[in-house]
Amino acid sequence: MNENKRIDWRVVIAGIMVGLAALALTLGGNPANMGLCIACFLRDSAGALGLHGAANVQYLRPEIIGLVLGAFLSARGFREWRAQGGSSPALRFVLGALVMLGALMFLGCPLRMVLRIGGGDWNALVGLAGFAAGVAVGVLFLKRGFTFRRAYPLPSAEGGVLPVAVTAGLFLLLLAPSMLRASTEGPGAKHAIWYLALGAGILIGVAAQRSRLCMVGGLRDVMLFGDFKLLYGFVAIFITVLIGNLALGSFHPGFAGQSIAHTDGLWNFLGMALAGWGCVLLSGCPLRQLILAGEGNSDSAVTVLGMLFGAALCHNFGLASSGEGPTAYGKLAVGIGFVLLLVISIANLPKED
Amino acid sequence: MVDARGYACPMPVIMVQKEVKKTNPQTLEVLVDNACSMENVTRFGRSQGYAVTVELQNSDYKLTLTK
Repeated sequence: MNENKRIDWRVVIAGIMVGLAALALTLGGNPANMGLCIACFLRDSAGALGLHGAANVQYLRPEIIGLVLGAFLSARGFREWRAQGGSSPALRFVLGALVMLGALMFLGCPLRMVLRIGGGDWNALVGLAGFAAGVAVGVLFLKRGFTFRRAYPLPSAEGGVLPVAVTAGLFLLLLAPSMLRASTEGPGAKHAIWYLALGAGILIGVAAQRSRLCMVGGLRDVMLFGDFKLLYGFVAIFITVLIGNLALGSFHPGFAGQSIAHTDGLWNFLGMALAGWGCVLLSGCPLRQLILAGEGNSDSAVTVLGMLFGAALCHNFGLASSGEGPTAYGKLAVGIGFVLLLVISIANLPKED
Repeated sequence: MVDARGYACPMPVIMVQKEVKKTNPQTLEVLVDNACSMENVTRFGRSQGYAVTVELQNSDYKLTLTK
């Protein structure tokens, strides 16, 4: 069989695990079609830390903590942990914020986009079209030679920043929850019990670290090399969630009335296009950034901080969409985001000799 | 020799792809510093008809692609 089409079962198993975890977390109390969403959960975590004032999206999500810790433990256990960084950290910070801007325009990271499609939310199909278009633009720049400079090995402490930070967050959540903000209504108030969320996060963190599961890598590698390996993970998540939703009676096909979603097709498309393009430049989706940060990659840790910062900006300045739809400022910001992506993409093309 | 240490995927594969397209070498040595890139370059090498061997050098991976 063609090497490029050969199924990598690790990725498929990781995909099935992500799908099952998402279903379980939704049953456990997370919002519908939001069993797992890296953008939403970072946004909620930013709110819990008081970085933004949107009262209905504040909760330090144990899933995020678990994902980083799971990846950390797995990377240590399999001798793949290495502290490294120094590859355009400031630009990665900006890209992290822009990916968050796009995701909050659409209302979901690439992972939640797949979960939404599996729940019958057809707005997310429009998002997928935009995501694919964004990835295609990013791949165009990769083919023309876009790259950030190489990263270098760094002292261990550098790679440990995010694993230690999330551990501190876990202590706060469990021992001093009153120091954190927590929504009493809205999406932030809907959450599974902490140990289920943390446990699911750790399991997925290990599985994603082993399998290199990445939502943007799937489409990117097909466009770039005709390699389907990562796309099988994407498909496995979709099929698992689809079957689960059908079995549980939570499959509600249509555009209107979907959970934490809006029906503005153009901006669903453009939001995910911005996220897709940004993720290709970052060489990984938000989930993958968390995993890499757990493996000791400080560039990814900076990207995660950029996403937190982006989430805070989006809510403080009213750029994030709601169930009612996008905001005028949000549209303007996404437009500026495309200009910034273009500038960053061109600025990192190889210089003509 | 392609030295792709310090680059995240997909860069190492792109660098190898470029070299293969340009010079179509019978043998090609590739250095990467993470398991993910090692797996992906191996996969790409095989898809291009190369046999691939991997050896661990310090904490880096040296891949040898042979036709």
